[in-house]
Amino acid sequence: MSSKNKTIVTAEPGKQELFIIREFDAPRELVFKAHIDPKLYVQWLGPHGYEMVLEIFEPVSGGKYRYIHKNKDGQEFGFHGTFHEMSEGVMIQTFEFEGYPGHVSLDCMTLEELPGNRTRATIHSVFQSVSDRDGIIQNGMERGVSDGYDKLDKIIASMISEKE
Amino acid sequence: MRRDVFQAIADPNRRAILALLAKQRLTLNGVADNFRISRPAVSRHIKILAECGLVYVSQQGRERYCEVRLDKLREVSDWVEQYRQLWEQKFDRLDDILEEMKKEKRHVLKK
Repeated sequence: MSSKNKTIVTAEPGKQELFIIREFDAPRELVFKAHIDPKLYVQWLGPHGYEMVLEIFEPVSGGKYRYIHKNKDGQEFGFHGTFHEMSEGVMIQTFEFEGYPGHVSLDCMTLEELPGNRTRATIHSVFQSVSDRDGIIQNGMERGVSDGYDKLDKIIASMISEKE
Repeated sequence: MRRDVFQAIADPNRRAILALLAKQRLTLNGVADNFRISRPAVSRHIKILAECGLVYVSQQGRERYCEVRLDKLREVSDWVEQYRQLWEQKFDRLDDILEEMKKEKRHVLKK
């Protein structure tokens, strides 16, 4: 694996927005492709221990999406929204967790080209209220706490075997 | 009204009260002396902070002393940290996928 890039999350108390910043050792074109190619997208977006099912995926401006995270106990968590703009530099979409209906966030992701074929991704999420933001972070936290890195190992193993 | 650490720190006056109390234990009046807002307003903020578990108020003789409970504040940083880790896990997987994509691309270019 390449040298580790840090993930920075900024969520100031009392605000209804948050920022996620992460750099990648890959050109923007590839980072964008990993966001719009359904086969690649399902491999990284789901939390550990969850199967990710892309039910609807239309990654173009005006398209829509719906995906489900399934855990081992058969519990399902659905998410959906629409893509407002999908271009290599900017991806703007709405996001709604179906377990918390009516609470929609607007996510704007920019992909910035950096020297040395690197890319900086910045996600700016704006929620309808401070408590919506706090609620989704806490919810994400609960879903995110799960079983280690075994899923990653499996993906790598299957990618290697596919290539052979 | 919600009574948790996030509600407690949502207000700038309450954040300033916490910053002040983090340095020293003060009486209610001692806190109020540091603020332009009215004494009853300071008192209301302290009450909310106490209900959220961030400040402990004790009666000693005629004075009421306010002490901060900073361990509660850690809940905030932990909570954002957990969310950060959730994204980090995803991005680490994305890193591996990008590495594979780069290899494939080089492979194609050579042909």
